[in-house]
Amino acid sequence: MIALDHISKIFNKGMQNEVIALQDISLQIQEGEFVVMIGSNGSGKTTLLNCIAGAIKPSSGSIVINGNKVNALPEYKRSQWVARVFQNPNNGTAPDLSILDNFRLAALRTQHKGLRIGTHARFKKEVAEKVATLGMGLENKLSQNMGNLSGGQRQALTLLMSVMDETHILLLDEPTAALDPKSAALILNLAEKLNRDLRMITLLVTHNIKDAHRYGNRIIQMQEGKIKRDLSKKEKEALTVAGMYDWFG
Amino acid sequence: MSAFYLSALQLALCLGPMALGIYISMKVFNIPDITTDGSYTLGAVVTAILLTGHWPLYAILPVCILSGALAGICTGLIHTKLKIDALLAGILVMTGLYSINLILLGRSNVPLINLPGIFSISIFSNDTYNQLLVAVIIVLILSVLLRYVLKTDFGIAMRATGNNPVMTQSLGINNDRIKILGLALANGLTALSGFLVAQYQNFTDVNMGIGIVITGLGSVLIADALREWLQVRHIGLQIALVLAGSIIFQAVLACTLALGIDPNLLKFVTAVFVLLIVAIPRISRALQKKE
Repeated sequence: MIALDHISKIFNKGMQNEVIALQDISLQIQEGEFVVMIGSNGSGKTTLLNCIAGAIKPSSGSIVINGNKVNALPEYKRSQWVARVFQNPNNGTAPDLSILDNFRLAALRTQHKGLRIGTHARFKKEVAEKVATLGMGLENKLSQNMGNLSGGQRQALTLLMSVMDETHILLLDEPTAALDPKSAALILNLAEKLNRDLRMITLLVTHNIKDAHRYGNRIIQMQEGKIKRDLSKKEKEALTVAGMYDWFG
Repeated sequence: MSAFYLSALQLALCLGPMALGIYISMKVFNIPDITTDGSYTLGAVVTAILLTGHWPLYAILPVCILSGALAGICTGLIHTKLKIDALLAGILVMTGLYSINLILLGRSNVPLINLPGIFSISIFSNDTYNQLLVAVIIVLILSVLLRYVLKTDFGIAMRATGNNPVMTQSLGINNDRIKILGLALANGLTALSGFLVAQYQNFTDVNMGIGIVITGLGSVLIADALREWLQVRHIGLQIALVLAGSIIFQAVLACTLALGIDPNLLKFVTAVFVLLIVAIPRISRALQKKE
């Protein structure tokens, strides 16, 4: 479970260019929930995601993940619970490393990276089986460098990599923003499947209202650093795409 | 091959570990580390002190590597903990090491003639062949070890940190710690070159490291050009190319001397050569674009 208690974030506090990104956000997300976050640019969605991941520290308030207060933990330590898929497909993978090497690191997200060679035949087979589920034909190209793949392929692999090790929370920060519609649908369907199969908390930030309407079982609208709407599964099901567009008046 | 060129080959092999160290800092971690000038001399200084103190070689070697690693750790700590640019951190440590090396050595130059060193074996009747054999064996062992390390989970983490630190942070890797360890490894290798070159030339000079980073850099840049040209991705081959780069670099310098160019111009020639290695591929790419 994630529990955010009175989270605020102020950038450049006391300076002329002070920005209040988050204002007194309190929120609880339970295991298995697929929360879709929408909001205009600058509404605080990505800042909130970054606060949960540990990429930035909130100015005040507390963040509790699975009963652990994590405010003081850096991003690499929070990765024992949190996996991320970034907006930019280039951020989620190491381009000069092979697909297999990238998956090896992902598989060790919560473990020690020691002086042993882990990319053996058994591991390769395991990765090939997982990659084959994407239907992209990449299972036979595991020694190919990530940098040679398209944005959609990289994003799909990043999503698979995020569940190679035990994952409690999956943060998806506009993962389809740079993708064509077909790749975008593949990524979001995969995210939905993983959420359903693995019962992990999934938090999707998107600007696409149709996707926000279609995916997830809870929706949060952010505005000027605050939560404007927080609708449950039942309330979300009653929404229409046209009605959601009206939220942005 | 004449003794002159064999000697250049031996020097290239002795400088191979340093080139591999620069490969780690520059190509694996994407860090321009110029601690090299100081850690290379430090390795030679520690060798001189311990050899003249009649320490056994098996004890001198690890102390030497550790001393270089310590210099790398200092640069890494300054860079990661104080958030100082890696280039400046390297300059600071290198500058500090100059005084430390001078104090440790006690004077600017210590001869190591007639001391039993790593090259004191006699399998062949020709000393140059004996020394070459030792250098080849050391470089081979080192290459195999380095290839292994870079293929391990730790090695993948190192390579990924240099390639995409945003990703590694989100995959549970402490980027700061791994950079410090990487710089320790790189400078440990550099100190090993100091250890070898001091015994190859039979003296340690406190100024012997000045500008040596350019030699290592040149070797890595040659390797990089060859890697791109030959489309090499295999780690073992990349390591071999770095060593080949070191040999090509020394061969060019040897040819320059053989042509009768004033030895005082050697550093200048080195700088021009490195400039050419960097510039030619760029000019060639620019011309291709124009076409």
